[in-house]
Amino acid sequence: MIKFTNVFKAFPKGGLALKDVSFHVAKGEFGFLTGHSGAGKSTVMKLIYAEERPTSGEVRVSGYNVNEMRPREVPLLRRKLGIVFQDFRLLEDRTAEENVAFALEVTGARSSTIPARVMRVLTQVGLAAKAQAYPRELSGGEQQRVAIARALVNEPTVLLADEPTGNLDERATRGVFQLLRDINASGTAVVMATHDLDLVRQAPYRVIELQEGALVYDSAVDEARDQAAAP
Amino acid sequence: MNLTFREAMLTFKRAPLLSVLSVTTIAFSLFVLGLFGLVVVNLQDALRGVEERVEVVAYLLPGAPIEGTAQALKDIEAFPEVQSATYVSEDDALARARAELIELRDVMQELERNPLPASIEVKLKPGFRDAEHVSAVAERLRGFGFVDDVRFGRDWVEKLDRLRGLAAAVGIVVGAAFAVVAIIIIGTTIRMAVLQRSREIAIMRLVGATDGFIRRPFLLQGAIKGLLGGAVAIGLSFAAYVLINRYLLQSSFFTEEQGVAIVAFGALIGLVGSALSVGRHLQRV
Repeated sequence: MIKFTNVFKAFPKGGLALKDVSFHVAKGEFGFLTGHSGAGKSTVMKLIYAEERPTSGEVRVSGYNVNEMRPREVPLLRRKLGIVFQDFRLLEDRTAEENVAFALEVTGARSSTIPARVMRVLTQVGLAAKAQAYPRELSGGEQQRVAIARALVNEPTVLLADEPTGNLDERATRGVFQLLRDINASGTAVVMATHDLDLVRQAPYRVIELQEGALVYDSAVDEARDQAAAP
Repeated sequence: MNLTFREAMLTFKRAPLLSVLSVTTIAFSLFVLGLFGLVVVNLQDALRGVEERVEVVAYLLPGAPIEGTAQALKDIEAFPEVQSATYVSEDDALARARAELIELRDVMQELERNPLPASIEVKLKPGFRDAEHVSAVAERLRGFGFVDDVRFGRDWVEKLDRLRGLAAAVGIVVGAAFAVVAIIIIGTTIRMAVLQRSREIAIMRLVGATDGFIRRPFLLQGAIKGLLGGAVAIGLSFAAYVLINRYLLQSSFFTEEQGVAIVAFGALIGLVGSALSVGRHLQRV
């Protein structure tokens, strides 16, 4: 699904954002990507949605090789991914419903099917009643739910969430996290970058930790090693 | 296409001030260009008026045979450069001189013999009224046996040529400068519209919009703004033309085709300006 093999990424002005990072996220998996600010979490995310290319090494996502992708293939990859950010990135002058519909329209979806699909995901994130609201009329948690609905509406195989709870209070954080868990339970792989260790401890999911661009801990690898070491 | 149209229209709704500013900027840029165009059009009109007076006169030898002259007239009229050839008999010439040269009327009355020769007056078609063609026609007229002398005011025609060349050069250079300024100003305005929506463009890309999908509404919107700007510029030029006619001098306005060309030029600048701005923006992010 997502496979990083010996990935290096250099900053344009020198220095390395990622150093020899390798990991694999399987279909339907939930993985935390943790680390301090500047550890390289966002760079990993950008490589996954092909906003950046690796300097060396290989990045494969949903059948695409990000190293060799042509620019025209990038939108096709992104339609297979759902992406959620800390700052929601909603279009301020469109309602919740229009924001979600927009993600379908850009893919050329049949217009007759759009309203039903939009309502279905808005219901899924618990915001059907606020479909007509503009982002400024919604709380942070609600805005993030709209962003998640937008990410889901194309039925992605992977949902990428880059610090999705970074701007939310504790209650909203719990709600959004639970929503991501539900989405994962229905079969969508989720990669969530966060530095909220409380959240990470709440669930028994895969944890990949970065430190200054290097992968310093991968629970999947460590567990495998522990199992191998067990008598 | 519906979606493209809807997105393009949404921009007008969402950023009405910037849209009005864009259209106004385009309109005034084209208006300046249009005013200059009016100057050129009127200058050309004036030159054409002067050009119409370009003619070649072949004076005939006394006693030139009438039949030969009639045949020659037909031959001359068949020259590719010639619009008309008119025979002026000796009597006609005298009558005209009497009518036109009032101060010499008395002298004319007392003449025992008509001193004026018969002539053929040749007018040239537009496009041939320059020194080169006029000389060529004159040379051919000299070839007729009964032609005594050919006059066409060489100095005058050559001056006219220079004036025409100067007008064309000024028209092209100054016109091009105005057009470039208009293109730069309009391009900047459109760039502002693109930058204003850069966040939206980034979001569009994240949800998987192709560059073509992102570009199309901008192109349409740019073309519409250019079209509106062009139309307003024509309106302003017309107002200027009415004022000039009322208070300064009689002048002429653009023909329908020229008006359409200005509006189309506005739409084209809007389209190309948008294409360049969005293209650059998409390449950069």
